[in-house]
Amino acid sequence: MSANTYDAIVIGSGISGGWAAKELTEKGLKTIMLERGRNIEHVKDYVNATKDPWEFPHRGGRTQQMIEDYPVLKRDYPLNETNLDYWASDKDSPYTEIKRFDWFRGYHVGGRSLMWGRQSYRWADIDFEANAKDGIGTDWPIRYKDLEQWYGYAERFAGISGNKDGLSILPDGDFMPPMEMNVVEKDVAKRFKEHYKEARAFVIGRTANITVPHFARTNCQYRNKCWLGCPFGAYFSTQSSTLPAAMATGNLTVRPWSIVTKIIYDKDTKKAKGVEVLDAETNQTYEFFAKIVFVNASTFNSTWILMNSATDIWPGGLGSSSGELGHNVMDHHLGVGASGTVEGFEDKYIFGRRANGIYIPRYRNLNGDKRDYIRGFGYQGGGSRSSWGRDIPELSIGGDFKDALTEPGTWQMNIGGFGETLPYHENKITLDKTKKDKWGLPILAFDAEIKDNEKKMRIDMENDAKEMLEAVGVKNVKTHSSNPFLGRGIHEMGTARMGKDPKSSVLNGWNQVWDAQNVFVTDGAAMASTACQNPSLTYMAMTARAANHAVEELKKGNI
Amino acid sequence: MNRRDAISRVALIMGGAVIGAEFFISGCKSTSSQVADLFQPDNVAFLNEVADTILPTTSSPGAKAANVGAFMGVMVRDCYTPADQKVFMEGLTKLNDAAQKQAGGKFMDLTADKRTALLVALDKEQKDYTTQKNKTLADDAAKHKGEADYKGPEMPNHYFRMMKELTLLGYFTSEIGATKALRYVAIPGRYDGDVPYKKGDKAWAT
Repeated sequence: MSANTYDAIVIGSGISGGWAAKELTEKGLKTIMLERGRNIEHVKDYVNATKDPWEFPHRGGRTQQMIEDYPVLKRDYPLNETNLDYWASDKDSPYTEIKRFDWFRGYHVGGRSLMWGRQSYRWADIDFEANAKDGIGTDWPIRYKDLEQWYGYAERFAGISGNKDGLSILPDGDFMPPMEMNVVEKDVAKRFKEHYKEARAFVIGRTANITVPHFARTNCQYRNKCWLGCPFGAYFSTQSSTLPAAMATGNLTVRPWSIVTKIIYDKDTKKAKGVEVLDAETNQTYEFFAKIVFVNASTFNSTWILMNSATDIWPGGLGSSSGELGHNVMDHHLGVGASGTVEGFEDKYIFGRRANGIYIPRYRNLNGDKRDYIRGFGYQGGGSRSSWGRDIPELSIGGDFKDALTEPGTWQMNIGGFGETLPYHENKITLDKTKKDKWGLPILAFDAEIKDNEKKMRIDMENDAKEMLEAVGVKNVKTHSSNPFLGRGIHEMGTARMGKDPKSSVLNGWNQVWDAQNVFVTDGAAMASTACQNPSLTYMAMTARAANHAVEELKKGNI
Repeated sequence: MNRRDAISRVALIMGGAVIGAEFFISGCKSTSSQVADLFQPDNVAFLNEVADTILPTTSSPGAKAANVGAFMGVMVRDCYTPADQKVFMEGLTKLNDAAQKQAGGKFMDLTADKRTALLVALDKEQKDYTTQKNKTLADDAAKHKGEADYKGPEMPNHYFRMMKELTLLGYFTSEIGATKALRYVAIPGRYDGDVPYKKGDKAWAT
């Protein structure tokens, strides 16, 4: 075995890459995990995680220098002082926007598993059946029953807290004890139940924050600073969870600063032999060889690697024989919701900062409901008392004003929608070979937008939010609707979809590239539709399932 | 609370976006050279007195104790656009001009009561101005609804709104503000969504 030869290569170290590394190493495969960015060591490198608010010179805000340096990141909340070093440099890694696309990336060990929102929901049967039923895109080659045991497997290891709500649209999982709704949310939940009966649900969020100790991890301490990295390891990340498990096997090598530029394809065996790596620090090129390659570089970068691979056989790259590589760019569309005030709980408050909220699962186009669009949306939100940032119209300045602001304000309830985006063939990414990144590599060009179905859905998302809050007694309800640009959901999906037919899909039902069956793509690129639930738990389950299959096939000599 | 609203909460001050943070489109790092003047002791002292008039000592220390004057300088230097920096710098003079006009002396020379009366008047002025400005912007935006490249007219912010906003932000996120005027627990360790509250109990800092 030469120094650069392993049993398996995993490209990427985020949520799905970490899972691939864990599963493959635990099954005995000598594995190398290639990460394009720097290493971030658990706890030690979470440099801001234990700072108090006043230790940030701009109190968490953004400077004009940051705004100039991050022309993409500045478009939404990620650009801030507290975890700036977790976000990729827009300048080093530019991309072309034929249409605006907000691409928020994390290029370091752990990827966006360090900054993710942690909401973890199973998909339901209806989500996997949707494409076939609607005649949209391509039918998923798998159904809920194919993933069910793997969802449980992922939940038990990752540690998902949640309540068993018994909803068919949102299957229960193997949960840790749920976090608690606060007194106002409980009241709203009760009224919600009275008003909507079984037709709609209002439940506590299911989140990858552990509520009881789990392996070497301490349970959530309710600091609500997850995006800084957790010194307690209380939320699931590569660093807190999959990486230590993979390292414990003695089978894992992690190589940071390793940009995979292509998969090396052997046209005689019709399989991958390995990958080519550009060292991001030295610009040296290396080759690594393995029997299995897992591509987990994050949705569009996974597709970028395929596009740059085997171009002597297929000019459009590995997987392009389907005509679908780079197509069907998807995300969840959001930025629409409502908020208002809740009266009658002035004698109630909370203790602790819960890194979780409430969830209203999809109810549209279900059980006989029929809209002028297909699919649906869910809401996330929560109740809280307003703080010193509130306006007190009757007061101006001075001691009374100050003392009023030192007390909590009225209770507020807010909800914001996450909507399903359909797979459109014309929503695509392509290689822009006229421009290069810092390393001289071709960059991606984005040409994708929401269309009629999503626009109609957003009207419902706004109106329903108001109607629901008012129906449960929330006062002064105001709606908001902003930026419908794709990418903002940071739930990028599609561009190397799974399917039943190599002529119309890039991957088969086990996430294997049809044209190179020892190459597995198990991140968001594989998705054939988006549902409206947050997608990461599905990537975890899909990756564990694919890794299991990969090792079985390897043992059988099939790959 | 999720990742999306946790951070944006900082942006919701006085019922609007934080000045500076709204400039998502055009960033500019060029700093007016004048801004360095903000760190001269006289100006820090002046801003501390303005801040302390907005948030004076009550049962908890005032804004001066948290050195909010120096914080304002940092924010104006690093986070404000050149246009906002200009407004803020000119505001130092305007505030003294208003003091002269209303109370017959420089702000620093006024009694506490006269300072308060002056800033109450300036706060009314900024509120009226901001209300009018928001209406103008909203009317104009409505007129141009659907225009993809619509940017809207440029209307300056009011200097006293800036001072008040920075005072609130600087004070309530300072160690003194967070721990003396408000309550702060770095590591709560648990969550209770239903605890009794009685009037006078302090709000949580975060």
